[in-house]
Amino acid sequence: MSKVSRVEPPALPPQGVSVRTRRWRRVRRLAVLPVAALVLAGCNDHVPTKDGIPTFGAQPGATTSSHSVFNLWQGFTVGAMIVGFLTTFLIIWAVIRYRRKGDNIPKQSQYHLPLEFTYTIIPVIIVLGLFAATLVVENKEVANPKTSVTINVNAFQWGWKFTYPGQNVVVVGQTTQDPEMVMPVNENVHINLTSSDVIHGFYIHAFNFSRYALPGVLNQFTFRAVNLGTYDGQCTQLCGLYHSLMWFKVKVVSDSDYTAWLKANANSAAATAAAAATNQQTSSIVPTKPTIGNS
Amino acid sequence: MTDVLDPPAVAEHHEEHHEDHGPTGILKWLTSTDHKVIGMSYTVTSVVMLIIGGSFAELIRAQLSTPNNSLVSLAQYNELFTMHGSVMIYLFMGPFAFGALANIIVPIQIGAPDMAFPRLNALSYWLYLTGSITMLSGFFVAGGAANFGWVAYAPLSNSVNTPGAGADLWIGGLLLTGFSAIFTGVNLTATIFYLRAPGMTMFRMPIFTWNLLITAILILLAFPVLTAGLIMLYCDRHFGTHIFSVAGGGVPVLWQNIFWFWGHPEVYILALPVFGMVTEIIAVFSRKPVFGYKGMIFATITIGALSLGVWAHHMFTTGTVLLPFFSIMSLLIAVPTGIKMFNWIGTMWRGEVWFSTAMLMALGFLFTFLVGGITGIYLASPPLDFFTHDTYFVVAHFHSVVMALLMGAMGALYYWGPKITGYLLNEKIGKAQFWFLFLGTQVFTFPMYILGLWGMPRRVGIYPNHPGWQDLNDVATVGAIMIGISTALFLINIMYSWKKYPAGDNPWDGHTLEWFTTSPPPHHNFYRLPQIRSERPTWDYNHPGHSAAAHGHAAEALIEKEPVQP
Repeated sequence: MSKVSRVEPPALPPQGVSVRTRRWRRVRRLAVLPVAALVLAGCNDHVPTKDGIPTFGAQPGATTSSHSVFNLWQGFTVGAMIVGFLTTFLIIWAVIRYRRKGDNIPKQSQYHLPLEFTYTIIPVIIVLGLFAATLVVENKEVANPKTSVTINVNAFQWGWKFTYPGQNVVVVGQTTQDPEMVMPVNENVHINLTSSDVIHGFYIHAFNFSRYALPGVLNQFTFRAVNLGTYDGQCTQLCGLYHSLMWFKVKVVSDSDYTAWLKANANSAAATAAAAATNQQTSSIVPTKPTIGNS
Repeated sequence: MTDVLDPPAVAEHHEEHHEDHGPTGILKWLTSTDHKVIGMSYTVTSVVMLIIGGSFAELIRAQLSTPNNSLVSLAQYNELFTMHGSVMIYLFMGPFAFGALANIIVPIQIGAPDMAFPRLNALSYWLYLTGSITMLSGFFVAGGAANFGWVAYAPLSNSVNTPGAGADLWIGGLLLTGFSAIFTGVNLTATIFYLRAPGMTMFRMPIFTWNLLITAILILLAFPVLTAGLIMLYCDRHFGTHIFSVAGGGVPVLWQNIFWFWGHPEVYILALPVFGMVTEIIAVFSRKPVFGYKGMIFATITIGALSLGVWAHHMFTTGTVLLPFFSIMSLLIAVPTGIKMFNWIGTMWRGEVWFSTAMLMALGFLFTFLVGGITGIYLASPPLDFFTHDTYFVVAHFHSVVMALLMGAMGALYYWGPKITGYLLNEKIGKAQFWFLFLGTQVFTFPMYILGLWGMPRRVGIYPNHPGWQDLNDVATVGAIMIGISTALFLINIMYSWKKYPAGDNPWDGHTLEWFTTSPPPHHNFYRLPQIRSERPTWDYNHPGHSAAAHGHAAEALIEKEPVQP
């Protein structure tokens, strides 16, 4: 009963060679499909780039940093595709070229130190390159240059409050009201991000950027928008029941429009009341609809 | 018979004694301390959890098939994805990886009669089962199950924002399964260090056992941190402490540090056992030794070590962590993982690759893990993480990884199932299962990568009807249905093949010790052992003259010549 069965082929459904070959042609095609789909999705995107590198599904965005992030994304993706396709090719080549045809025992080679050394050192070099590129973009993105405009962003369950210090302007909106953060183009806009209750995610897709709004922590960063337009923003960190509805808009306007907007919306009484309301009890605030745009 | 270690003469009497002794039927499953019985309980329980977690996933995908669907309410949706993640990570993949097959296979692979602490092993299983029931019972209390995501970020998880017993049952269930994991870690470490058969030196252990050793050490380092964190969270909820609440001077981000200090090693606690399974499968079905065996082990150790220093890459967007340090540490993990990938390819190179279901699953793992691994490199770069954090890109990334792990796990069930049960599964149904699983996974994940790049956030039950969003979500839903079909095919295969195809002791021409004993193995695993002179004792016994060779060396170069003392 303890006899060891030798190399007899196990009792499995037999397969003809021709069937197997055909099957593997199909496999090869199918394995490439999803990768091809991703590439096509990237090339198909509506935003063309100057340098001729495909967007790979991302977009350059509307700020200076979002452009750098986008270029980093392109660099990473080109590297990923080279490594990914090479490795996929090696896998497919190995399984097709060396598929079992008979009952042979191949050469039992186990070590090849020069080869093993090569595929250790090459990834190290790639990783250091990626890290260097990361550092360049990251340092640009987290730098806090001199700013003339400051916006205090406060996230709460389930909405946003944008306060313009010294301007007596407050914009508050909950869930489906989509409050609008207005900011001037070609200016460094400093954001002070806080949360009144749980953790929220302050994410603006067109800026290729997100940051947590944390209770008890002041998060600061700077945007420099270069394109006019209205962009979607949303909460990306699960914050409770109406997380799905916690949207906002970002409207990038010209300098003169920005000044006019501030003047039209300056209302110290409403600003004080709204500020006090959110600070005390966020659930009971009377939402103030933003008065410009998005009506 | 000179190369077989014969047991002492008395063993012959013990044989029948062992077989006939002890209760049978249901009582056997309830009382046994045999690692194979416990391992089988683990396997069945974790596959049930896979089905429960999978059905949550199907509901989630059904809800997302249209933008403003009302199939489930937003509250129910939050419960669904929370429990989907929790069941899959805590109750399926973890226990399956280090409880199920590890329990059955590791002692046999090292020639041990059982785990080092059989009763502790039984306790592990019962803690796991009770923990699972505790967590899932949240669905039957007022207010429903936990709904704060599987990561339970404070302060959303405090008693103000998430009142109700569901959250407490989640914490309690996780504490119980956490202790279960810690005890299994202790057991595996002790077993592997102290119960190896004569001749089974550390560098003759199969890769699967090696990976489980590193996994067990990671469990011992990471799980107590989670346990401590959960107790703090419970105290905040019920005993008036303010560890994670700003109002009382606490720090919410502390929870994230604690959670991810466990959470990132946990990724490798799930992955390393599957890496081991895949390594064994690829070597056996290529009829070659594991290419770069020692390099593979050092890669595993490196991954284990690095995984303890990368937790804050989950927290780049908190603005409270040192970005460059955690970035480079996370990027560096790509190096040992790449070594593994090329070692797997090297193992197949110039081999005789046989496309059994197990091997197909392993190949599916290779490709899917390649996709998940490469997209993981993006997320190690803080600017790209700012860009994709908490969007569907991240969801797609870790689903590529865990679906790869699921393929490896399924491959392992096809590979080791015959050893455990004595019967093979049907290969035709198995291959159909593979294609549904493999293609379904790609159809499921690739649209989610694009959705993430287009800005769709994760954990939303409804989404705006932007151009293309619904189409991509529908494609992902089709993929999820294909994966569901593959799981159904697995169950059908078990029923169809029930005791139909006797496996014999060594159906795959295996390399390691488990293929030397009977299928299923006797009570204490072995009647006799071959001499152990390499990491492939069964292969060496069956194929004298075909032992491993270094590049350019004679065939016997790597076989150590000294006789083994029994």
